Amino acid sequence: MRALLIIERGCMSEPAIAIRNVEKRYASTHALKGVSFDIRRGEYFGLLGPNGAGKSTLISIIAGLTHASAGNVAVLGHDVRRDFRQARRALGVVPQELVYDPFFPVREMLRIQAGYYGCGRDHWPWIDELLERLDLTDKAEVSMRALSGGMKRRVLIAQALVHKPDVVILDEPTAGVDVELRRTLWHFTRDLNDAGHTIVLTTHYLEEAEELCDRIAILDHGELSVLEDKRALLNRHPYRFLSLELSGNGGPLPESVERLIEDRHEDTLELKLEQGRDFIADVMEAIRGAGYRIQDVRTREPSLENIFVELTTDHDKDAA
Amino acid sequence: MNWQGCFTLFFKEIRRFYSVILQTVGAPVVTALLYMVVFGQVLQGQTIQGVPSSAFLVPGLMMMSIIQNSFANTSSSLTQSKINGNLVFLLMTPLSAFEIYLAYISASLVRATLVAVVLYLVTQLFVTVPITHPLLVLTMLVFGGGTLAVMGLIAGILANKFDHLAAFQNFFIMPLSFLSGVFYSIHSLPEFWQHASRFNPVFYMIDGFRQGFFGVGDSDPLRSVIVAGVFFVLVSSICITMLSRGYKIRG
Repeated sequence: MRALLIIERGCMSEPAIAIRNVEKRYASTHALKGVSFDIRRGEYFGLLGPNGAGKSTLISIIAGLTHASAGNVAVLGHDVRRDFRQARRALGVVPQELVYDPFFPVREMLRIQAGYYGCGRDHWPWIDELLERLDLTDKAEVSMRALSGGMKRRVLIAQALVHKPDVVILDEPTAGVDVELRRTLWHFTRDLNDAGHTIVLTTHYLEEAEELCDRIAILDHGELSVLEDKRALLNRHPYRFLSLELSGNGGPLPESVERLIEDRHEDTLELKLEQGRDFIADVMEAIRGAGYRIQDVRTREPSLENIFVELTTDHDKDAA
Repeated sequence: MNWQGCFTLFFKEIRRFYSVILQTVGAPVVTALLYMVVFGQVLQGQTIQGVPSSAFLVPGLMMMSIIQNSFANTSSSLTQSKINGNLVFLLMTPLSAFEIYLAYISASLVRATLVAVVLYLVTQLFVTVPITHPLLVLTMLVFGGGTLAVMGLIAGILANKFDHLAAFQNFFIMPLSFLSGVFYSIHSLPEFWQHASRFNPVFYMIDGFRQGFFGVGDSDPLRSVIVAGVFFVLVSSICITMLSRGYKIRG
């Protein structure tokens, strides 16, 4: 990881990625409807959103794989179209799909990839270090074709890092990988972030974003619906969950409790309480009053998943 | 100019065809030799433009192989990367449109030259073909092979599947290369087809190339160089424009 620390520093005041009024229209869809935000240098940034929200389109525009219909994007202050060389040198992208060149073994393919960025033999020790860090050393001479899905995923990550980019985008890196590899990748990206790299992560596993990211953006229907510090986002959610295990043959529950019930499973009730309005003591008293005995009580703070579902489904309701 | 990047892509393209060299160099040589055996037998004893027919066939078959292999190399490589999805690894790099163009075309020319040289050497076991104007031979190789390599790249950009490439190859490249004097002098054709042949750029590529060997041909060699050169520049500008606009490859 030592080599990662030696990152070329440009102008520190520039954001890692600046996205300004980016629009993308396809023949029949309006994939991005004027999105603007900054990803700061050195942060671990989560880009979330349901399928079809425009995340991959936005990443493609940042990487220069797609041209925006309007607006512009800069990586470390370099416009991705006008100064494409500097912008692309500063950026490493791990694509979502497991794509690879079937002609080459892993190490050679990584050396070729580094070569495209103008990195020659002096970069080869770095490639060996990457192979080592990602547990790929014994696969270095193996053709990509012969690797398992998890191994291919590791190679894709190595491939994105061959030129030591300042900014690393991982587009759903943990989709379909086993628990162990997911943990390895978490540690690896966190180390990269600690070493000064800006990390942008898109994922469908919200606990992953909750665990790793400093700030989170949620894209929905091609628009930025949320951009907030993770803590603030979690605190903003004014709910908490209360789980009660009941016994006894009580009567019907009062309306004040019924309206709070989210889920009912045998003897367990799952209730959603709004802070400052619904109090645990009141709820428990009302249930006891209906003739039940409370066997067990558990409370849970909202997770990013709850917030995500609420934010993205409310939008759907509004749209409908 | 990102020379290191450009050279890396060039090297990668060479490694790609070298890894299947039997198919990319061996097979075209064998095919051309088969033509040589069959047509050599049929035309035995005849002379064309004062050259024994079996020797006359050699430069034509060499140029036909150059054309077909230049086209095949760029078009199949690009289409394969597109269909596999691994083209993104190239498109995300700081390589410019011109650098990508230069690397692909040069590697394609290396393969075409390799096929032509092997074919030439093998045929020299049976016939003698002098090289009267080496510079003309080289120029026509670069312009002819280069033009078709660029057309292969354009076809690769346009093709959405291998079927499209095959159509381009079978209905466009093959007829143009066959009907351009590989096996005959256009003076042996009826007048109409003689005139028609003069609108086929591949005719000039083959005729100019052949004149480099024998010093005689159907057309003025300077005209052949100019026609092939103009075509090369024309298709190159179209191709570089397509690459720099990202036409069909950058969403």
